[in-house]
Parts: sequence; structure tokens; C-alpha cells
Amino acid sequence: MSAHDNSAPVAQPTSFAFTPENLKKAQAHIAKYPPGRQASAVLPLLDLAQRQHDNWLPRAAMDAVADMLGMPRIRVYEVATFYTMFNLKPVGKHFFQICTTTPCWLRGSDEVVAACKKKLGVGIGETTADGQFTLKEVECLGACVNAPIIQVNDDFYEDLDGVSTEALIDALKRGGKPPVGSVKKRQTSAPAGGPTTLKDLSFAGGKR
Amino acid sequence: MPKLTINGKAIEVPAGTTVLQACQQAGFEVAHFCFHARLSIAGNCRMCLVEQEKAPKPIASCAMPAADGMVIHTDSEKAKKARHGVMEFLLINHPLDCPICDQGGECDLQDQAMAYGFDRGRYIENKRAVKDKNFGPLVATSMNRCIHCTRCIRFATEIAGVEDLGATGRGEDMEIGTYIERTLSSELSANIVDLCPVGALTAKPYAFVARPWELTKVESVDVLDAVGSNIRVDARGGQVLRVLPRLNEAINEEWISNKTRFALDGLTRRRLDVPYVRKNGKLAEATWHDAFGAIAARLRGVSGPRIAALAGDLADCESMLALKELMAALGSPHLDCRQDGAALDPSCRAGYLFNTTIAGIEEADVCLLIGTHPRWEAPIVNARLRKRWLQGGFKVAGIGAPRDLTYPVEWLGAGPETLADLVAGNHPFAETLKAAKKPMLVLGQGALRRRDGAAVLHLARTLAEGAGMAREDWNGFNVLHTAAARVGGLDLGFVPQASGRDTAGILSACEKGEIEFVYLLGADEIDMKRLGKAFVVYQGHHGDAGAHRADVVLPGAAYTEKDATYVNTEGRVQHGRRAVFPPGEARDDWTILRALSEVLGRKLPYDNLRALRRHLVEVNPVFGRIDETPRSAWGKFGQDGRVEREPFAYPIADFYRTDPISRASPTMAECAAQFGAGARTGTHG
Amino acid sequence: MLADKDRIFTNLYGQFDWHLDGAQGARKRGDWDGTKDLVAKGRDWIANEVKASGLRGRGGAGFPTGLKWSFMPKQTDRPSYLIVNADESEPGTCKDRDIIRHDPQKLIEGCLLAGVGMGAHHCYIYIRGEFYNEAQVLQAAIDEAYAAGLVGKNACGSGFDFEIKLHRGAGAYICGEETGLLESLEGKKGQPRLKPPFPAAVGLYGCPSTVNNVETIAVVPTILRRGGSWFAGIGRPKNEGTKVYCISGHVEQPCNVEEAMSIPLKELIEKHAGGVRGGWDNLLAVIPGGSSVPVIPKSICDTVLMDFDALRDVKSGLGTAAVIVMDKSTDIVKAIARLSQFYKHESCGQCTPCREGTGWMWRVMERMVQGKAEPREIDMLLDVSLEVEGHTICALGDAAAWPVQGLIRHFRPELERRMHEYRAHATRAAAE
Repeated sequence: MSAHDNSAPVAQPTSFAFTPENLKKAQAHIAKYPPGRQASAVLPLLDLAQRQHDNWLPRAAMDAVADMLGMPRIRVYEVATFYTMFNLKPVGKHFFQICTTTPCWLRGSDEVVAACKKKLGVGIGETTADGQFTLKEVECLGACVNAPIIQVNDDFYEDLDGVSTEALIDALKRGGKPPVGSVKKRQTSAPAGGPTTLKDLSFAGGKR
Repeated sequence: MPKLTINGKAIEVPAGTTVLQACQQAGFEVAHFCFHARLSIAGNCRMCLVEQEKAPKPIASCAMPAADGMVIHTDSEKAKKARHGVMEFLLINHPLDCPICDQGGECDLQDQAMAYGFDRGRYIENKRAVKDKNFGPLVATSMNRCIHCTRCIRFATEIAGVEDLGATGRGEDMEIGTYIERTLSSELSANIVDLCPVGALTAKPYAFVARPWELTKVESVDVLDAVGSNIRVDARGGQVLRVLPRLNEAINEEWISNKTRFALDGLTRRRLDVPYVRKNGKLAEATWHDAFGAIAARLRGVSGPRIAALAGDLADCESMLALKELMAALGSPHLDCRQDGAALDPSCRAGYLFNTTIAGIEEADVCLLIGTHPRWEAPIVNARLRKRWLQGGFKVAGIGAPRDLTYPVEWLGAGPETLADLVAGNHPFAETLKAAKKPMLVLGQGALRRRDGAAVLHLARTLAEGAGMAREDWNGFNVLHTAAARVGGLDLGFVPQASGRDTAGILSACEKGEIEFVYLLGADEIDMKRLGKAFVVYQGHHGDAGAHRADVVLPGAAYTEKDATYVNTEGRVQHGRRAVFPPGEARDDWTILRALSEVLGRKLPYDNLRALRRHLVEVNPVFGRIDETPRSAWGKFGQDGRVEREPFAYPIADFYRTDPISRASPTMAECAAQFGAGARTGTHG
Repeated sequence: MLADKDRIFTNLYGQFDWHLDGAQGARKRGDWDGTKDLVAKGRDWIANEVKASGLRGRGGAGFPTGLKWSFMPKQTDRPSYLIVNADESEPGTCKDRDIIRHDPQKLIEGCLLAGVGMGAHHCYIYIRGEFYNEAQVLQAAIDEAYAAGLVGKNACGSGFDFEIKLHRGAGAYICGEETGLLESLEGKKGQPRLKPPFPAAVGLYGCPSTVNNVETIAVVPTILRRGGSWFAGIGRPKNEGTKVYCISGHVEQPCNVEEAMSIPLKELIEKHAGGVRGGWDNLLAVIPGGSSVPVIPKSICDTVLMDFDALRDVKSGLGTAAVIVMDKSTDIVKAIARLSQFYKHESCGQCTPCREGTGWMWRVMERMVQGKAEPREIDMLLDVSLEVEGHTICALGDAAAWPVQGLIRHFRPELERRMHEYRAHATRAAAE
């Protein structure tokens, strides 16, 4: 549901203010747009606020951003509820965004989802009791030739299967940060067996 | 001028016309929901799809500019198919609750489903459930019914200027609302009930009250401010159940304020429905005969100069004229229609009118507000000021305490000294006024109802003359009244006659015992204590302040219960019409005065309304010019004098309770509690 | 097969350094070579060369790029904007991501040259919010270009001022629709605008604007350096040039690869993606151009060419050239139903047919996955899809309708088989 259910047990902080450092960043964002068009900075500022606030966006932050940009608050609420990357309630430290759209599903995203659920003991949309992990099902993340994919916070983990998903969770639980990208150590989007093109490097080393 | 062909008919339309408007002009109806002529184009409902030859897809006619050579079909198979489809989509998640929906019988969706819908549904999945919203005491929501046309959002954002409403979420989960529960903080908010094409937003006080086909509908005018909004009064069984706006481009377009719409439950409460006579200190029910007898007895032997009369804010012109002439017959020169003591100068009509006219605001380029809070004093005028501001090239400045008027205002100062500075050219804004092509000022009652009111009026006139507001081709001088009776009272001369006293004079004479008989025609806004020991007759419709003080109470008719003349702040003469009869023994006001005059042996010379209205025209020819705003000649008004430093105080402390009717209204009381003085208003928070 | 020397994206897989300078940096690979001279040739020359190249938009719609630029006003007192659409979100598509993270200078140089070609001195690159790390790379690349004087005031010393700024989205497929993107960039919900007016007349902040896909812009510098005729010499007429294909799904080795336009689909899959899992004969169907285009069965895949016209002729489309391969193990109904869910999720909710129709189609599709439907509902579903198609403000309605239509066109017997099976099962269960 998009609307805030006031009965929902989300403890909303009463106030929000950017840290001095983030305030500078916010002003730099605003400066990207022509004078009078500062509303353009609403997405970057909401993102900044969310990053400052444990990866979720409380209402006070929306209000602070609205006031900072001179926007009616309802316009900011509209934006915050329209875009999926704004978390309107708290999420875990490791925010698992599992892509299950067709290209990922064809490559076994069901297995990845099942591994997450099994390993973490929570369902989609839920957070582990220790607040470490939240599972979310998302639409296409745009890395389809490296499917299936989980985006953990900002980072894509690619070419997953059940086993590697569990390994990823284990590594995160241990406090490590596994290398981002293909868990199969394949070179980005090149065929797993090695590139079929761009083998003649003579042109690539110098100007044509 | 593009020429196009619609359903085989050639038509030429002005550039900028949309295809939908062109179709309408050609005589072809195009179904639509989201389109509304006074709102920005959303093009989201897709109901108005029509076929355009050579276009690959049907076009949304509401959004497509008519272009030369277009060939449009509104009823081709392609167009019909598109319309059928959209109608089906609108209905799949719409509940089948028409039998319990207040919109039933006047629902666009219902009507168009009859015209364009399938006779059965193909959608067998579960329907969407949407939580209802709390929009406050006036607007009931049933959000399952919402078709997401966004008219309400566009109204709030564009017309009302209060950005409270939005559509949160997306896709089929998109919801119209305020997101954070809050009531709609605009004085015009209930217009969204009229705009909603379905039963998602309905009138809360009217919930389950009546079906439209049960109502008798009477076209009338509103009296709860001085705008004279055109209204339709819907009644059933002798009771007013509903007030709706009636289109008048010159005044209220198609909007009315929440007070105009919803004060009506005050019409059935605290009503005076029998005469009363005070006996042993207490008001007791009496017959008309006894009441008149008591008045005649008290007047016996009282000389004219010891008699006075005051007319209230809701008084109609017919009864004011009758009372004025009765006073003349009794030899009294003491009468006044300015119960607030405003220093309005009756000698020059241009000096007390909103000369620019409401529609004329759209021509102005600079506006100076002086001691007025138009958002509360006349929300409809304020909406027009905002409309003008939205058109661009309009600067508004104000003298008075800053308020959120829904458009930017440069607040220049708090009181008369700022006005004096402007006149003297000692203020930078004077240059702005000088440079303007069509400057206007709006003088509020807050600037006039003070001891130095006449001097303020003089300053305002001087400013107007100096700034080119009083020209042959442009009159930018405006007085914004708050009382429906005021201009009519001035026009017919309900003001002190030779050696007569004004309101302040009457009150102090009462205190001193120099006046011993006072006739209050619906006058409730004076300090009743100052009437001293005077014998007070109160003629009116509500048991408000005046009736409580009175020695004799004569029950009159409220505005919905009489055929009566009112003159709005522009000087526009309008006729209100009776929708229901006055309750109980209450009578049409002029007939009460006519009957009383006979008892007093001073019979007034009119036996019917027509004769009285003819007489009105004799007294002042403006009364013969119905619904016109004839130009009034410029002249001298106001009085040069010292002004005080005291800031202007706005006349209305609580928008929802300004008069005996709204004060009796439970709905208005609820509004006052939610939005009134003390409650937050505006775009803040 | 395209020769390596004709490949534009020489660092597609990130084998080399993406930085501007460095032993194997972008400049060493030929980026920004003689850009000042190209700028000096002026707006008309650039636009004409792009027209001559036959370049069609790489974002899915395939509109001729040079023609699109020509809609920009020659003289205006307002700023003109180039907006680069990096909101890559079409399921199956991940080509722009590689350009952004591995060859960002190609994009940045392309922005400058496109800016000259359309008279825009201001550029915003709108990148989808999920591409956080990619955005970091691109921002760093932009900073490098500024520092080197390649963009900014007097870009490349050409006298042409060019500002370029990166803007991150926040999760909404619809912002890939050009006017939805403009709304989003203005700080609103990404709800597409009514057209007309088109962005070239009334775009960002009401100013003339052109929205181009990342790949479209990134190929421009190479086209200008090597000549429009070089580019036009690759592929078939009206379908010219190179193209980055994304091959996902049931292939042995999913990958991105830059190939010639009009390459046979089968060749593309077999040469670069290691072939269909279990061999070509194990192929069931392919969605050849991203989720929005109708699925085609193996019989068509056998011979079809990967270009705009060939795929249009088989009632599908090249779209973003994202090839989603499905082998015979695929539950094709579920594969399409999942796309219906995607469109339902991504519908902005603004206009009626899409808001209501995407949900309706998805719900019926979900039942059809189980076979829990009546055969007559297939025609009803088709009819509903036709009530959505062509009746919406933007193309998302069409995109939601086409996969369903493709499924019904080619897999109706499978839909019916499930229904019979479901009914038989239910009857059996009732009897027991």
C-alpha cells in the first residue's frame, strides 16, 4: 500500500536535518539545476536523506526536503511513494533486492529467493529479527545477461544460484563484503567462456 | 482559424481550440471525465478518444489542438471501441453500490455507463479496495469509487491554491488523498464534491439525505458574504437540503465557498418562528397582533428624533426601503445600514463599490490590498485574484498583517501610515503603481471601520487618483464588502438623514437615553449593551444577539425563504428567490413592515412586491438594472484628516461564523473548530 | 560477423581502463580524438552525417536520430537541452550499463557532439537509480572530462560551451519513457506527458529538448570520425550500423555483444552466446527485443534477422535488441505472466486503460498459468489487450499488451491444454 497507515508500527522520528556534510552535498545537487528549478533535486535529496537515515525515509525527512526545496509537502509524498527505491519503513542492514523478472526467473531466481528465505528464515517484505537482512522482490535490475541478480544495498551480485546465494549471505553475516559483480568470477557481461569478440586488441591499444 | 471536419460536418474554430471543444461546437457530444474547462488538461481518463483519419491511434480529443484539415469521427467503430474499452476499465474496479451512493442520479459515470457501457461485466477478479480518507467535516470520501480523474487535485492546486491533495503510490495502487491524514484547508474545498464525476467525494452533511429527483430547485443568490454568488437552492418538503453553485462567469464562475454551501443547516436551527414580547423581563410568545400592539403602545407619544433604526448584514433591499420610509413617516432621521461603523461615504457610489468588478480583476496588472483579508472576506474574489496571478504579470501587495492568500503578496506595512507613504510617494511600491497599466486597490472593511476610517478612505481615493486608477477607461478603486446588505442599503439611502445620527451616534444616544426606541432589522453585530434602556424591536430570522436583547421580536424570513433584492460588492443588483416558506408564523420581511406601518397609522404605499420594487427603482434607478454593473461616476469621497498608527484589523475573525445563519449551523461550528481562528490554515504544515 | 575493427565499444567488457587517461585509458583507445575539429564542422554537418549514417534510436522505438535532432529549433531565446536516457529498465536489456561503466567517455564525447548537432548547450544524463556504482563511474568520468577541458566552457577549445550533469532516478521503469523522464527530472512523479507538444518544442522546463538513448549518443563520435557511410555500410538498408545485443535466458553463455544490425538471430545466439541450452532444437521461443515486444516461436527464430524491419514483419520488434531465449523446459505462460506482472507494477497509474488494464491482464494471466480459466477467456484477454493498446498516454500500454498478444498468437494451444488439464484434474478431484 502506498499510503501511510498511521496505525502501522513504524516509529516515525519527529524531526530530520541533514548533517553539515550532507547539507553541502544537497546544495551541490540543487546547484545542478537552473534557478527556480530546485524541485529537480527532489530525487537526489530524498536519496541523500535516506542514506543518512539507515536506508529508510521517514516522513520528517520528506518534510525537510520539501521545505528545503520550497515544494508543497504533498508533492514530495507523491514522489516518495511513486519511486520504488524509497523505503518508507526501516530495512535491514543488508537490503536484499532480488530480481525475479522473466530474464532472472528463466535463469533460476526462484532458487535464489528460496535460498534467501531458507537461510534467513524470513519471507519477502520481511526483516530478520536481528535487523540485519531485509528481503524484497524487485523488478528488472538491468543486468539480465548476468542473471539471476540480487542487489544488496548499492551492489549487484550476479550469476547467482542457490548455493552461491547462501554463500553470499554467510559472507555478509561474517561481516565481510564479497567482491561485487559476478559470483562466478566471469568478466562482467562477456560470455562465461571468454569473449567471442574484441580479441584483436591491436586496435584497442591505440588509435585507429 | 483551423478548419476541420467532424463527422462529415465542416467547422472552423479559433486557433487554440481543442478537438473536444470543436466537436462540442459542431454539435457532437464527446464523453469525458477528467476534462474540465476550468482546470488544466490531464488527458488521463481517455474517455474522450475519437478517431482522427490518418492517425495511427485514436486521439484524446480534450488534449489535442484542433488543426487545419483534421478529419474527426466521434462515432466510428474505432472511436466507439475505444470508448467501450475505457468505460469497461473504469467500471472493473468501481463498486456496484449505486443504490447507496449519494451521487446516484447525478453521476457522470452512471450516465455514461448507460450510454457507452456493456450490459454486463467481463471482469471476474476481485475488485480493488481503497481505504477511505478523512477530508474533514465537509467532504465525505468513498475511495473505492474513485476513477483517478485528478479533478480534485487540480482544483486544490490550481483554483484553491492549497496544495493538500495529491495522488500517491502508482499504477493500480495509486490513491488520491493528502497522504498524511489532514482536512482540506481551503475555504473553497467543497467544490471538489461538484467536480468529482463519481461518488468518491460527496457532501458529508448531505450524506443519505435525498435523491436529486426528489428536490425542487430554485435559482437564487447567496447572502453570506457580499459577493452575491449565484446558487441553486435544492429543497424538499419545505426544507432546504442543499446549496449548489450556479454558473455566473461575472461573479463566482462555478464555485462557491464552503460557507455558502454548507451553512444551510443553520436555517433550521435557532429560528424565530413566532413573535415574542418581553413580559416581566422574559421574552414570551405572542401573536402578531399583540406584538404590533406592544410596539404601537411603546411608540405612542415618542418623538421622531428619539427613534432610530439599524439594518443588519443580511437585510434585503425591499425591507430596508420599507423600514427607511417607515422611519421617515415616524419622523426619525437616525438610521444606518453600517452597523460596523465603516466610514463608507454614501454620497458617491464609486466610493463604495468594487468598481473593477470581479471579472475585471483579470484585466488588472497590479493590486494593492488595504486592510483586507479577501480569502476570508470573499473567497470567491480571492480565487479570482489567484486566477489573475496564475495568468502571470500580476503583482499583489498588501497593507495589513501578512496572511496566506494562496498567491504571493508583498506586505508593505501594517496600517494607514504605509498608505500615507504611498500617497506621498515615499514608498518604493508607489513606483510600481505608477508604472502599472491597470492598477487596482482593494479597500477592506478593516481599513474603514475605525475612527480614522474617513481619512483612510480619503487617502485611498487620493492614491487611486494619483496612480491612474480613476480613469475614464479604468476604475481600479474597489471596496470589498463583507455584508450582503451593505451596498443595497447605501444605494437606497439607509443612512442618517438630515441631522440624523449614524451607528456610533445612535448607540451613544441610546446610552445617554436620548434615543428610546430602536428598530433592529436583522442587526446582530452591534454591542447590544450599548442600547442602554432603549425599547428594542428586533426583526429577523434567528435567535441571535439582537433577538436576545429585544423587547419585541418579529420573526422574518431567511434569504432562502423570500423573493428579495440584494446588491453585491460590485454594485450588481440581483434577485434572490424563495425556495421554501418561512417557518411557523414568520413572514416575508417587507410585509411585516408594511403591516406594522398600518398598525402605526402610517401605512406604506405598496401592497405587493412589484409595487415595492417599482418604488425601489424610483428611489435609485440602479435597482432597475438587474445583474448589471453600470459605471459609477467618480467623485469626492472620504475626508482628509489625521490617520492613526494603529494597524488595520481584519473584520473577520472566524470565516465559518460571521452571521446569524452560520453561527447557528452545526456544520459551520465543526468547521470553525477544525479550521477557524486558532486552527492552522493555508499551505503551511 | 562484424570485424573487431568495426566495433565501436572496444571496452564493452571492461578489459581496459575506463578512465580518460592512463596506459589503456579512453583517450588511448581513440576517444576524444580530434573532437575540436568535429565540433568546428558545425551543427549541420554533424546532423547530416548522423542522418547519412542511418542511425536509428537504440532505446527501442528506432526513430531516425538525425531527423529527431532536426526538430530542435535553430533559433530560440530559451536554452535547449540534450537529455540522455540512461534509465535502462526494459527487462532483458543491460547494454547501456556496460557503456556507462566501461566506456563512459564515448558517451560523454557523444553528448558534446550531439549537443552541437542539435544546438543544445546543456545536457542531463538520467541514469536509473539502481545503477549506483555505474553512476559513480560516470560521474567520475564526467569530472575527468571537465578537468581536461573537454566539456564545460569552451569545450575542447572549440568555443562551444557545454554543460553536462548526471541525474539519478529512483526506481521507476516509466521514467524510460521520454516525457516521463522529463517529468521525473523536473522533480515530479514520472508520469508521461500528453503529446503534442513534443519535447523538441516543449521539453525540460518547457524548453526545447531531445531525449536520446545512451547507445545512440555513444556511437555518434565514431560515426563522425569514420563517416556516416561507414556506419551505413553495416547491416541492411534502413537498418544500418552496429548494435549491442543482450542475450539472456536459456543460452549456454549469456552475454552482451556488439554485432552488425541484421545479423540472423540464430547466428547471434550460436556465435556469441554458446547456443541455446541443449541445442537449437531445444529452443521454444525468443523475445527478441526486450520484454515489450511479442514473443516469436522457434520456427520464426530459425531464419529471422535481427533488425527493425525483419522483426516488424514477423509481428515482433527489435526494441532494445535484448534477446530473451527460452528453451523447451520453459513455462511460457508463466514467463509472459511474469512480464504482465512487471507492467502492472510499473504502470504509472495516470491513465485508465493502463492503470486498470495491466492489472486485469496480469490477473487473468496468473489464472492461465494454472489453467484456471475458460477457453473463451483467451479471446477476452486478447480483446482486453486490444482495449489497452493504442488507447494510453504513452507506450507502456502497448508494451503491456504485446507480450500477451504474442503469447496468444503463438501459444494458444498451450493455453487451452492447461485449461483442459486443470478441468480434468478438478473433475477427478471432485469425483474422488
